[in-house]
Amino acid sequence: MAAQVESGALELRTIRGPSAFGGEVRRFWNLIWLTAAADYKTRYLNSWLGYAWSLLRPLLFFGVLYVVFTRVVRFGGEIENYAALLLLNIMLFQFFSDATGSAVRCVVQRENLVRKMQFPRIVVPLSVVLNSLLIAVMNMVAALVLILVIGVEPRWTWLLIPVVLALLCVFTTGVALALAALYPRFRDVEQIWGVAARALFYASPVIFPIELVPESWRGLVAANPLTPILEQARIWVIDADAPTLLDAAGSAAVLLVSAVIFVGACVIGLLLFEREAPRVAEEL
Amino acid sequence: MPLPVAAEIRSVSKAFRIPTNQAATLKQRVLHPLQGQDYRTLRALEDVSFDVHEGEFFGIVGRNGSGKSTLLKLIASIYRADKGTIRVAGRMAPFIELGVGFNPELSAYDNVVLNGVMMGLTPREARRRFDEVIEFAELEEFTELKLRNYSSGMRVRLAFAVMVQVDADVMLIDEVLAVGDASFQERCAETFTQLIERGKTIVLVTHGMGNVRRYCHRALLLESGRIHTIGDPGEVAARYTEVNFAHHKQHRGVRKPGERRGPQGEPLRFARITDAWLEKEGRERTTSIARREAIELRAQIELDEDVNDAHFALEIWRAGGGRLFAPFASPLPSSGGLRAGERLVVAATIENRLTPGRYRINCGLAYRTPEGGEVPVSPIQGIPFEVSGERIPGSLTDLAHEVRIEPHVETEVLR
Repeated sequence: MAAQVESGALELRTIRGPSAFGGEVRRFWNLIWLTAAADYKTRYLNSWLGYAWSLLRPLLFFGVLYVVFTRVVRFGGEIENYAALLLLNIMLFQFFSDATGSAVRCVVQRENLVRKMQFPRIVVPLSVVLNSLLIAVMNMVAALVLILVIGVEPRWTWLLIPVVLALLCVFTTGVALALAALYPRFRDVEQIWGVAARALFYASPVIFPIELVPESWRGLVAANPLTPILEQARIWVIDADAPTLLDAAGSAAVLLVSAVIFVGACVIGLLLFEREAPRVAEEL
Repeated sequence: MPLPVAAEIRSVSKAFRIPTNQAATLKQRVLHPLQGQDYRTLRALEDVSFDVHEGEFFGIVGRNGSGKSTLLKLIASIYRADKGTIRVAGRMAPFIELGVGFNPELSAYDNVVLNGVMMGLTPREARRRFDEVIEFAELEEFTELKLRNYSSGMRVRLAFAVMVQVDADVMLIDEVLAVGDASFQERCAETFTQLIERGKTIVLVTHGMGNVRRYCHRALLLESGRIHTIGDPGEVAARYTEVNFAHHKQHRGVRKPGERRGPQGEPLRFARITDAWLEKEGRERTTSIARREAIELRAQIELDEDVNDAHFALEIWRAGGGRLFAPFASPLPSSGGLRAGERLVVAATIENRLTPGRYRINCGLAYRTPEGGEVPVSPIQGIPFEVSGERIPGSLTDLAHEVRIEPHVETEVLR
């Protein structure tokens, strides 16, 4: 804010046009928070169960997968604490797919705002991710209670779950930014991401632990940045003796690839969004 | 001593690239990687420079497409200028449209806070001002209601109240005066006067020359993206009428440009339509009309000079071109003529045989010449509207019809 000068005149500030960031830091966070909260309030509007759906949906999904993989395909039974592992993984993956899925169209959905208001453009995708994160945190608490009920002993490493969520959140944000930046110009992104997100679901150790993946495919799965995150969550929450990241990946090189993809996605997402932000109001 | 500058615009240019063939899908990109997208460049603004002083009420006028809204969006930091610099002093809040960002599913409270923060208040300030906003909007009994359940008038009142309470140093306002009923218009007038007294700087984009004359200290007329006239609002309003008139005549070919004489050679007298709208039952403004529901057109007219024989002209166009209806201008019945400075509302009821779709109704004031021609004496006002209902493909009009079997014809004849 320009300082009040003695003469009573306000100092002139240069107007540079819209950008991804900019403006006061406080306003920036307030906007993200308020927008996310508003989205949260209206998300399950007019449905009977309301907020309960944000927990019910992953739980029902878990139920379906659990029945399929323990009764029909019968492989889950051999894995220790399969139910707990599946539940944890689904909650984590749901956050990723939920946030990125809604991020694709977020800028276009808020077209009216983007074309008629002045605010840091990155607020739009970030509030979408924050909205999903809020739900994920609540779901995580519920999931831990259920995991206790299933019979997993609580350990002090449960306290490290925020680290897992934080890492996941950073990667999710990177992907969300890239999708949100590309969609206004390339509408195919929505379809492509629909398929890609599903592929990623099966290329991540969500329904199966990493050691069940055939050796020849394991490198590919481990290169997926979601894999180390999910595996670390498994070690901290469910099974301290689960294969470490290095064991699971097979080699440090694969782990490095996954780290590079992680950082790359974030940097590219940020750069893409920053590049598109100034003109996005005109493209819509 | 010159007043301190609140907004400084220097050599600002802005062009838009409009894709001529919509090649926005990846397939087209992949299949034709070398064939870059074709663009048409639309120069919206060229080399525009001016200052707005602190505490000034500054009007920007121009015909549709002259670049005035683009200019406002550039100052508001919604678009980025291609060339030139823009500097603004203090907190600036844009009101491109009343109630932008209102979420119909949230309560007035949530909306006011969110909107306030968008406009640059802190959440605490926004919450503190909520009561004042509600009081100004006269919505005390409805604070718990979701915005969805507000009438359009209530929504407009709320939006206007937010705008006033945001209390920005520089306010950028685009054509918000054209809404609301008469008492609301009064309210706006009062508020503007208050804001001016409080030393706020206001930049207003408008079509209403009445507003320009009434509120503005200075005004700017844009024509094809360049400054045509800047300065005294009366002068700018007169130039605007000229520019619009010349344009209108060129297109209608009624009179040669520059000729401003009536049918008997007397100089043309001027009147202006300051506002025009469509109404539905209960005097509420609307842009959507049900199929076969009569079209109720209202136009507010201000007379600059005494008028004895003004006619009201209207025409209906289909969106995308094609004039469907242009009746002879109707005389405005008045005993003893209309006096300069008078303000009146003309009402027209038009039978609706339009097929569902989008239309525009234009209206204006005109003289009838003895030969049966019409000479416009006011800029035309266009109102876009929609006839709602199921589309009837391949039809221009929706004529009443009935199909039946004729009972007396011998069916044997047909065998």
